[in-house]
Amino acid sequence: MENKKNTSKATIQKVLTYIKQYRFLLFCSILLAFLSVLLTLYIPVVVGNAIDKIVGPGKVDQTIIPLLIRIVIVAFITAFFQWIMNTINNKITYQVVQDIRNEAFEKIQKIPLKYIDAQSHGDIVSRVIADVDQFADGLLMGFTQLFTGVVTILATLLFMFSINIWIAFVVVLLTPLSLFVARFISGKTYHLFLKQSETRGEQTSLVEELVGNQQVVKAYHHEKEAMEQFDEINERLAECSLQATFFSSLTNPVTRFLNSVVYAGVGLTGAYFAIGGMLTVGELSCFLSYANQYTKPFNEISGVITELQNALACAARVFALIEEEPERETEVTCRLQNATGKVDLEHVSFSYVPEKKLIQDFNLSVKPGQRIAIVGPTGCGKTTMINLLMRFYDVDQGSIKIDGVDIRDISRKDLRSNFGMVLQETWLKTGTILENISMGKPNATREEIIQAAKDSHAHNFIKRLPNGYDTVIGESGASLSQGQKQLLCIARVMLCLPPILILDEATSSIDTRTEVKIQEAFSHMMQGRTSFIVAHRLSTIREADVILVMKDGNIIEQGNHDTLLAQNGFYANLYNSQFATTES
Amino acid sequence: MKKLLVYLKNYKKESLLGPFFKLVEVIFELMVPIVMASLIDKGIGMHDREYILKMFATLILFGVCGLAASISAQYFAAKAATGFAKEVKHALFEHIQTLSFAEMDKLGVSSLITRMTSDMNQVQTGVNITLRLLLRSPFVVFGAMIMAFTIDVQAALIFVVTIPVLFIVIFGIMLFCIPKYRKVQEKLDRVLSTTRENLEGTRVIRAFCKEEEEIKIFGLYNEDLTNIQKKVGCISALMNPVTYIIINIAIAILIWNGAIRVAAGVLTQGAVVALYNYMSQILVELIKLANLIISITKTIACGNRIQSVFETSSDMEEGRETAGKSKNESMVEFRNVSMQYQGGGEAALENISFAAKPGQVIGIIGGTGSGKSSLVNLIPRFYEATEGEVLVDGENVKSYTYAALRTKVSTCLQKAVLFHGTIRENLLWGKKDATDAELWEALSIAQAKDVVESKDGGLDYMIEQGGKNLSGGQKQRLTIARALVQDADVLILDDSSSALDYATDAALRIALAKMEKKMTIFMVSQRTSSIQHADCILVLEDGKLVGKGKHEELLESCDVYKEIYYSQFKKEAMENGK
Repeated sequence: MENKKNTSKATIQKVLTYIKQYRFLLFCSILLAFLSVLLTLYIPVVVGNAIDKIVGPGKVDQTIIPLLIRIVIVAFITAFFQWIMNTINNKITYQVVQDIRNEAFEKIQKIPLKYIDAQSHGDIVSRVIADVDQFADGLLMGFTQLFTGVVTILATLLFMFSINIWIAFVVVLLTPLSLFVARFISGKTYHLFLKQSETRGEQTSLVEELVGNQQVVKAYHHEKEAMEQFDEINERLAECSLQATFFSSLTNPVTRFLNSVVYAGVGLTGAYFAIGGMLTVGELSCFLSYANQYTKPFNEISGVITELQNALACAARVFALIEEEPERETEVTCRLQNATGKVDLEHVSFSYVPEKKLIQDFNLSVKPGQRIAIVGPTGCGKTTMINLLMRFYDVDQGSIKIDGVDIRDISRKDLRSNFGMVLQETWLKTGTILENISMGKPNATREEIIQAAKDSHAHNFIKRLPNGYDTVIGESGASLSQGQKQLLCIARVMLCLPPILILDEATSSIDTRTEVKIQEAFSHMMQGRTSFIVAHRLSTIREADVILVMKDGNIIEQGNHDTLLAQNGFYANLYNSQFATTES
Repeated sequence: MKKLLVYLKNYKKESLLGPFFKLVEVIFELMVPIVMASLIDKGIGMHDREYILKMFATLILFGVCGLAASISAQYFAAKAATGFAKEVKHALFEHIQTLSFAEMDKLGVSSLITRMTSDMNQVQTGVNITLRLLLRSPFVVFGAMIMAFTIDVQAALIFVVTIPVLFIVIFGIMLFCIPKYRKVQEKLDRVLSTTRENLEGTRVIRAFCKEEEEIKIFGLYNEDLTNIQKKVGCISALMNPVTYIIINIAIAILIWNGAIRVAAGVLTQGAVVALYNYMSQILVELIKLANLIISITKTIACGNRIQSVFETSSDMEEGRETAGKSKNESMVEFRNVSMQYQGGGEAALENISFAAKPGQVIGIIGGTGSGKSSLVNLIPRFYEATEGEVLVDGENVKSYTYAALRTKVSTCLQKAVLFHGTIRENLLWGKKDATDAELWEALSIAQAKDVVESKDGGLDYMIEQGGKNLSGGQKQRLTIARALVQDADVLILDDSSSALDYATDAALRIALAKMEKKMTIFMVSQRTSSIQHADCILVLEDGKLVGKGKHEELLESCDVYKEIYYSQFKKEAMENGK
C-alpha cells in the first residue's frame, strides 16, 4: 500500500513536469472555473430575489426588471467563461498528449532492441495510444471536475449558510447519506465490473481462437464442442454482466431519491421558516434549486477519484516506456566510411539471458570479399549473429572489429551504413514503391531507383502495378506477395550497396522460380562484398568460404564445405539428410 | 439493426416493463414542482403548518415510489440488454460456424472477431441505455411542457419556443461534430499504425539510420491529430455554455411574465416557482438526450455490422450420406474439376482430373499461387468445385454430411494452429475417444514424441493460446500428430513440413511409409525432396495440371517439374549418386 502510494506520488510528479510548461494556461483555467462556479451559484440568488418581487395581485414591481437583466448578463458572462475554460482545458489536454506521444515514439527509436523483441508490440502500441488518451482524459478532465466540484460544494454551503443557517444544516446533515450510498454502490460494483471484464476477456480470447481458426474447427468437425464451449462462457458472461449493469445503474435512482429527500426536507423547514417570516419565498426557491443540484458534485467527485486512479495507472505505464534506458551510446573515437569489409570477431561471448549461455569465446576472421554461410536447423539462433554484427545487441565479452576498429568505437549510424541487410521478414513502410526502394539513399534519382529494381528483378512486377513506381503499398495500399516484398527489400539494398551484406535467404514462402530470381539478385549483389548469409540453399552453402553451423544458439562447427563433410559431424548429417529417401 | 431486434423476443416482458417503469418514475418526478407550488401557496400563504407537513409526506412518498419504479426499470432494462446480447452472440457464433470457407474469406476473420466482441458490447450498452433513457428524456421534456400548460397557458408558450431552440442548438452542434469526430478517428488511426509499423520495422529502420526521419514524420502526424482535436473541441465546448444562456433568458422572461400575471391575479407565486423548476429540469434532460442519441447512432452502426454477418449465408448445402462405397477402386477422384474463388477473377483450378488409389501417396508441387492448396481444400469440401466432380470413396463430396466427410478425410493445414489446452486435449480433436497409446503412436510417427517428452507433464502440458509456448517446428509436428490421431482414410498434409528441417522431414516421410494402416496421403510441398518418392506427383502451374506421374517420368517429360527440381538441386543431386 505504502509502495503504491509512493509510485503514484512519483507518477504525479512526472505528470506535473509535463504540465509545467502550460502552467499559465492551467492557472487561467482554474481561475475561470472558480469564477464560473460562483456565477452559476449566484444566478439562483438573483432569481430568488426576483421572485420575491412578485407578491400578489396588484401593480408589477418595476424593480424586478434590473434583476432580470442581471440574470441574463450573468448567464452570458458565465457561459463565456465556461467556454474559454473548456477550450483551454482541451488545449492543455491535447498538447500534453502530443508531447507525451512524441516522447514515447522517440524512445521507441532509441530503446535497445532487447526491449522491443521482448514486449508484445500490441502492448507498446496500446501504451502510446490508448493509455495516453485515457490518462489525458482522466487526469485533466478529472482534475477540473474535482476542482469545480469542490468549489461548488464550498460555495453552495457558503451561500446557504448566509441565507439561513438552519436549512443549511438540514442539507449538510443529509449529505453524508448520499456520499455513503454512492461509495457503497461503487465499491460493490467495482468487483462486479472486474468480473465482467475478466469474463469478457475470456470470451474474446475464445472467439479469437475458434473464429480465427475456423478452418481447423471445420476440418475436425469440432463445431458442436466449440458451440458448447462458447455457450458456457456466454451464459456466465450474461449473468455477471446483468449484475454489473444492474448494480451500477442503481447509483442514479438512489441519489435521485436522496436528492428528493433533501428537497422535501428543505421544503418543509423552509416553509416553517417562511411562516415565521424568517425566509422569503424567493429565498426558498433559491434553496430548492441548490438542493436540486447539490448531490451532483458529490457523485462526480466519487466518480472522479476512481477515474484519477485509473489515469495514474495508465500514466505509469506510459512513463515506464518513456523511462526505459536508451541504447547505450559508447564514446565515438573514430569514423568508418566505406569499409573494406574485413570483419573480426575476437573472443565473443553473448547471451540474451544470463542463465542461458549462447555464444561463448567465438573467434572468426573474415577477409574482405569473403562469403560466410550460417546454417542450422530452424530456431538455432542464426539471427543472433545478425543482431551482433548490426549492433542491435552488444556483445557481453570480446569484441567485433570492422577494418580493425571495434564497432563500439564508431557511431551506430556509421556502422550500420556500412551494412546492407535483407531479412527473411520483409518489412516495407507505408508509402510508394519509390519511397521504399530509396530508403537507404533518399537523394537517389528515379533512374537509379529503376536500375536497382531492374537489377533485383523487381522491375517487371512493379511495372504491372496500378501506378507503377508510385503505387502506394502498406496497410491500406496494394498488397504484394511475400516474394514480391522480398524483391523490393533486395532492391532497397541494391540501390545503396554498402560494403558488407547480411542476407537471409527466405525460402519457405516463396516458390522456387521466384527463388531462382532472388538468388540471381543475391549473387549479383555479393560480388566483391563481404557477405553473411543465412543459408538454406545447397549452392550457397557449398560456395561459401566459411560455413558456421549453429545449433541451439551455439556455433558447433566451423569450416568450409569439404572440411566439414570430412569431419562427418552435424553438418555432414544435415547435408546428407536432404537426400534421405523413403526407401533408404 | 432492425433484424437483430428479433432476439429481444424472449425478453418482450422486460423490454416493455423497463420503459414503462421509467415512465412511472418520470410522472412522479414531474409532480414534485406542483406539490411544492401548493406547499408554498397554501402552506406558507395560509400559514397552515399541518398542510406543509402533509405536502412534505407526499414528496417523500413520491420519492419512494419513484425510487421503486426506477429500480425496477433499471433491472428490466439490464436484464433485457444482457439477455439480448447473449442470444445474439449465440446466434452469431452458430451462424459463423455454418459459413463456408469462401464466406469466411469474404468477411475476414479479424472483422468477425471485432463484430462478435466490441461491436456486441456497444450494442448491449446501447440497448440498455435506450430502454432506460430513450423514453425518459422526451417524457421529462414534454411532460414539463405539458405541466406548464396546466399551470398557465401563456407561460407554457415560453416553453414551446425555448424547447425547439434548445433542440436546434444541441443537434446543430452534434451534427457539426459527428463527422469531425470521424476525421479525428482517422488521424488517430494513422498515428497508431505508424507506431505499429515502426515497432515491426525497427531493425530495418535502424539499419538504414532512419530514426530521426521517422520521429519527424510521427511528429507531423501527431500534430495534425492534435490540431483537429482542438478544433472540434472548440465547437463541442460551445454546447453547455450556449444552452445555459438560452435557458437563463427563458427563465428571465418566465419571471417577467409571471410578475405580470401574478399582478393581474391569474397566477400565484408558488406557480412561478414551479414553472422555474420545470425549466431547469428540461436543460438537464436535453443534454442527456443528446448524449443518448450519439450512443444510439453508434449502436445502430455496430448493429448493422453484426446484421450483415447474419445476412451472409452459406451457399453450400450439406449432404446426408454417412458412409462411402468402400469397395471402390479409387479413394479420391477428381473429374474435370474447375474452381473459382468468389470475387477472384481467374479460375484457381482448371479442368483437373486424377484418381488416387487407397494407400497411395500423392505429391503435389507447383509455385506459389499455382493452386496446390485450392486443390486439396476441395477434398474435405472446404470450398466447392465450380465445375466437375470431386469423389471420395466413390461418392461425390456433396452427398456426405460434413461430419462424415471430414472424419474420412483428415487435414493438416498449412498454418500450424493449436488451441489453448493440454497437448492431450488438442490431439483428441482428431478422435474424441482415442487412448493414450494411440496418441503416442501418432506422436511418434509425426516425430513429435521428443517434443512432448521434453515438456513438463508430457501430454498434460498446457499449450498457451495460439501455441505461443511452442516453436514453429514443434507446433507443426503436433498438428501432424493431431491429424494422424483421426485415423482417417485420407490424410492431407498441406505444406505441413515447411518449418521442419530436412532431417526431420525425411524421418517423418519414412515413418508415414511404415505405418500399418494404408492411408491415401496427399502431400503438398515446395520441396521436391519431400515428394519425389510419391506414387504419383501432380505438377500444377497457374491452376492447370501440367504434369502427372512418378519422379523419373516427370523429369523426362515435364518442363515445369524439371525446372523446379533443378532450381533446388542443381547438379549436386546428380553427383550424389542418383
